[in-house]
Amino acid sequence: MNLDTFRAETREWLEANCPQSMRNNPFHFEDAHEVYSTDDAIVWRDRMAAKGWTAPTWPKAYGGGGMDYDTHRVFQEEMAAIKALPGATGMGLAMIGPTLMEYGTEEQRQRHIPKIITGEVTWCQGYSEPGSGSDLASLQTKAVLKDGKFVLNGQKIWTSGAQHADWMFALVRTDPNAAKHDGISFVLLDMHQSGVTIKPIPLISGSSPFCETFFDDAVALEEDLVSELNKGWSVGKRLLQYERSAAPSRAKKKGKPANPYALTAKEYIGEIDGKIADSEAREKIVKQTMLEKSMQLTVKRVFEESKSGKAPGATTSIFKLVGSTISKESSALQSELRGTAGAGWEGDSFTEKELDACRGWLRDRAVTIYGGTNEVQMNIISKRVLGLPDK
Amino acid sequence: MPLVLNEEQNMLRDSAKDFCTNSAPIAQFRQLRDDKIEAGFDQQTWQQMIELGWTGITVPEEFGGLGFGFLGLGVVLEECGRTLTASPLLSTAIGAAAIADGGSGEQKSALLPKVAEGELLLALAVEESAHHNPYGAATRAEKAGSTYQVTGKKTFVIDGNVADKLIVVARTSGNAGDRDGLTLLLVDRQSAGVTVTKTIMTDSRNAANISFDGANGELLGAEGNGADLLDRTLDVARILLSAEMLGGTQECFERTVEYLKVREQFGSPIGSFQGLQHRASVMFCEVEMSKSVVLEALSALDDPDDIAELASLAKTRLNDTFNLVSAESIQMHGGIGMTDEYDIGFFMKRSRVCEAAFGNSSFHRDRYATIQGY
Repeated sequence: MNLDTFRAETREWLEANCPQSMRNNPFHFEDAHEVYSTDDAIVWRDRMAAKGWTAPTWPKAYGGGGMDYDTHRVFQEEMAAIKALPGATGMGLAMIGPTLMEYGTEEQRQRHIPKIITGEVTWCQGYSEPGSGSDLASLQTKAVLKDGKFVLNGQKIWTSGAQHADWMFALVRTDPNAAKHDGISFVLLDMHQSGVTIKPIPLISGSSPFCETFFDDAVALEEDLVSELNKGWSVGKRLLQYERSAAPSRAKKKGKPANPYALTAKEYIGEIDGKIADSEAREKIVKQTMLEKSMQLTVKRVFEESKSGKAPGATTSIFKLVGSTISKESSALQSELRGTAGAGWEGDSFTEKELDACRGWLRDRAVTIYGGTNEVQMNIISKRVLGLPDK
Repeated sequence: MPLVLNEEQNMLRDSAKDFCTNSAPIAQFRQLRDDKIEAGFDQQTWQQMIELGWTGITVPEEFGGLGFGFLGLGVVLEECGRTLTASPLLSTAIGAAAIADGGSGEQKSALLPKVAEGELLLALAVEESAHHNPYGAATRAEKAGSTYQVTGKKTFVIDGNVADKLIVVARTSGNAGDRDGLTLLLVDRQSAGVTVTKTIMTDSRNAANISFDGANGELLGAEGNGADLLDRTLDVARILLSAEMLGGTQECFERTVEYLKVREQFGSPIGSFQGLQHRASVMFCEVEMSKSVVLEALSALDDPDDIAELASLAKTRLNDTFNLVSAESIQMHGGIGMTDEYDIGFFMKRSRVCEAAFGNSSFHRDRYATIQGY
């Protein structure tokens, strides 16, 4: 189909099929479950999934949209034009799907990917453990292969959305005697079983998006081992690259809307001769805005380079580090610019936006911790990109 | 607006890298400094640059140039920045942009072909105080028949000591600080009433104080309405200088990372210490973002985009990043970084002068906020 025809048809279809409540409604990923639980969201998801458009670039053979680069760009432009939310979201689409496409067997892809595309099955990630955060490879959750099944015992922590997930992809220790990176396997398991217990963790922001997950003789099937036994570390690392490349969402703002920090500052600080009255606040806003723009242009540059056939270079290694720092500072600034009104916890004395600003500031302390702390990101850049030596 | 170089631009970069590395290395710059060469650049090297076509890169084809655009010149300047190659290429390109944007048909036909052939060097005379102040001109221009008489003092005129023609920002009405009343004029450096004093800067590159005492000036653009042309010309200058600074920044950073791998203390390469690794990785992030911003800004110059925001973004980012990287490079090199014999200090000196040229970060952050309406 030619692109103009595709554009026209897509525009018409989106206009007719995207419910109003699924437009112009940006949300924080921690609220995804809530946003995608409404009746409208389910209608939207099912309509999009029927066309494969929940996973527009994935192969049609698994139920995806099969779009090539140019078609996908047109699709994204038309989605953006009506500010439509994606048909579905979550770790299935963002992380395990691409990983199975790369490392899974044909049988695994056929069994799991179509259900990710339809939204029938949602996923969570079992990586971190109480003693294994930045030093993830020291993880201790044990898996013993017996009669075609892995029997899991141990504990995962910071499992995002575990309370809503149907399946988990997890790193587990299958060879306790091997060197720490070598005894790890990557398995998939059903969350709806008696051996799995989930406890949400209340955070400083008051929300509980993360859980502890306990395994007491939980079972993962042998056919759900991804890649080879004891070779899970490289799969897990690869998957983290998908997570890290998805992280800097704030930096992707399009168009030229009024500067969001300036709007806040004008309301809460005021202006003199058209300039924000607090010169230090003004400078912080410019610095943050320039950093966001620089990052946005870097994402664009990497995208253009990959389009022109250049292998993705070292540049992507900065995405998580810079992207998460930008997100954290963005939220902090939105709270700080509101003064005491940005420090309200709850109650009618504060507007919803003010409360959000405070909660957001607290919540986004996490972005430089999860998915590999900033310090780990700096270790990665030092060693893998700059080639600085180990001791 | 693609954020990647096309084949032509890549070839230009390769040839520039080859030329700068082999024919204009840092050793040549050191020699120029040590010998106190009055012109501030090597004539033979400059001739070779002309033969390579560099003076015509941004000159439109109809005026005898290559019409390769600013992205093309940017990649060349980036390579010159890596080797600290001194030449009047940047200042002449800035002047040529002013003529191309604001000159009459006659001026363009008379001057641009000469620029392309390397026969005409230009310099922009804007500053009158130690800090960048585009509309701060107190220099007066009085109409006298078909020409103007220019009187006043300019400072920090980059390549003002070698340029054949100076583009002088003067005032035909109003007071210093007014945007209205500014007029740009072409003044021959060697004409009567022009006194040029070369200033010796820390980066050993050309700059001059110039006083005008009723010097003859030819109008460039519209009388009293020069601010628009000046803004655009300064944005060209900011972006092109940022491209040169990007080259210096990268070279300085790469040399420092190499040093971290070979210098041993406490029985290990110092690059194995996390205290240095994390600082190096922070610099890496800044350098990568600098590349993106410069590329976008250069591309914007080639399109009829509004470039003011990007020019301020690029200049701020490169000011800050070149400063960070060159200062860290000295610290990480330790004692040897403090010696004149070692080249790394040249980058910090160049960074210091570049930062002040065409607006420091404080100037551009203020400008950026003003453009965005806060």
